[in-house]
Amino acid sequence: MKYLANIVSLELFPEKCVGCGLCVEVCPHAVFQIKDKKAVIRDRDQCMECGACVQNCAFGALKVDKGVGCAAALINGMITGGEPSCDCSGQGSTGNCC
Amino acid sequence: MPVVSTRISRAEYWEHVRCRISGFRHSYTVKPGLYAAGRPDERSEVLVTANYKLSFDSLRKELGGLDVWILVLDTKGINVWCAAGKGTFGSDELINRLGAAQVGSVVAHKRLILPQLGGPGVSSQKVRQTTGFSVSFGPVRAGDIHEYIKAGCKATPEMRRVHFPLVDRLVLTPMELNPAFKMYPWFALLTLLFFGLQPQGIIFRDALAGGLPFLLLGVIAIISGAFLTPALLPFIPFRAFAVKGWIAGIISVSLAMQMTALHGHMDALLLAFSYIFFPLASSYIGLQFTGSTTFTGMTGVKKELGIGIPLYLFFSAVSVILLIVYKLGQWGVL
Repeated sequence: MKYLANIVSLELFPEKCVGCGLCVEVCPHAVFQIKDKKAVIRDRDQCMECGACVQNCAFGALKVDKGVGCAAALINGMITGGEPSCDCSGQGSTGNCC
Repeated sequence: MPVVSTRISRAEYWEHVRCRISGFRHSYTVKPGLYAAGRPDERSEVLVTANYKLSFDSLRKELGGLDVWILVLDTKGINVWCAAGKGTFGSDELINRLGAAQVGSVVAHKRLILPQLGGPGVSSQKVRQTTGFSVSFGPVRAGDIHEYIKAGCKATPEMRRVHFPLVDRLVLTPMELNPAFKMYPWFALLTLLFFGLQPQGIIFRDALAGGLPFLLLGVIAIISGAFLTPALLPFIPFRAFAVKGWIAGIISVSLAMQMTALHGHMDALLLAFSYIFFPLASSYIGLQFTGSTTFTGMTGVKKELGIGIPLYLFFSAVSVILLIVYKLGQWGVL
C-alpha cells in the first residue's frame, strides 16, 4: 500500500553520503538501497516520514519533515495552535494512537 | 533481578483484548528497568523495548528457549514505534536507563539490540559516543528475533519491512469504532429533536418515525468509515483516505437506502441530505485511520486536511441548510 504520490518531503544529499547503509537498515519501507557505495532513493512514495533514517545518518546526508501522519493529531494541533498531538499518552484520550 | 516468563497467561490475554477495545491501554505498563528471560549471563544479548505491557509481552512471548536480558525504557506506556516518533523511546532515555539499570556491570559486552522501529527516536551514534554501547537494529517483528540472533544479529530484508495485512488492520478497528460511537448519542439526540420539533412542541411519535431512518444511516456511516474503510483499505480505489472513506460511505448509504426501500418514501430534501451528509461523515471518520496505519506520512495527511476540511465545512453547512428548508416546508412556512 502506498500513500499520496509525489508529496514526501524526504531529501538525500549524495555528496554527503558515505554509503554506511544505516538508512537501509532502519527504514521500515525499503525506501533506500545502496548503489555504487552510496544510498539512493529506490521508492520515494513508500516513505512515511518517520525520520528513522535522518536520526541515524551521522553525515547529515538526509533530510525529512518528520511528524505523525495522523489526522486526529494534526486537527488537534490546528485547534489548540500547538504541536500536533493525538493525546496518545492517556488522560482523556479519545482513543486514536499515532 | 526480575525473571520473566515467556508464556502469556489467560488473564494477560484478556488484558490484551481490553487494550485493543478500550482506554484500558493507557495504564497498561511495566516498570522500566532490566529483566531476565531464561538464564542470561554476562555474555547474553540485551534486548531493548518499551514499557507498554502489550509491547513488552509481544517481545517476551517470543523469547522461549533464549537466555537474554530485556531492558525496558520508560516510554510512558506507549509502544515502541509511537514512542520513538515522540522521542520518549529515544537516545536520552536509553542512555539514562543503561546507567540506572547498571547494564554495564551486568553484561561484559557492549552490544544492544533495539527493535528496528525504535529508529526514529534513537540515534545509534549518539548512544555509542555517550555510553560505548553499540546499537544494532533488530527485526521489526519480535517473532523474528530467534532467527535474527541465530544469524549473528543479521536481519533479512523481509525482517526489515513493515506490512499492514488485514488482520493488523482489523485489530485496530475497535479503537476506530469506539470514539466514533462515543459521538453517536449526541447525533441521535439532535436527530430526534429535529424530527420531533413541531410548532406544537416536541412530538415523541414524530421524533421516532422521522428520525429512525437517520439513526440507522448514522450507524452505517460510522461502520463504513471506522470498519469498512480500514478493512478494505487496499481494495478501495484512490490513495487519499478521505476519498476512500467517502467511496465506502456512498456505497454503504446507497445499499442501505435500496435495501430498506427508503428511496421511495423519503422527501427529496432529506434524500439529498442523506447522500451528502452520511458519506461525508464516513469520509471524515475514514481519514482518522491515517493515525493508525503504518504508511501515511505527515505531509500527505496535511494535504488531505488542507483540501478536506474546507469541503467538510462547506457540505456540513449545505446539509444543515437542507434540513432547515425541509423543516420550514413541513411547518408550512415556505
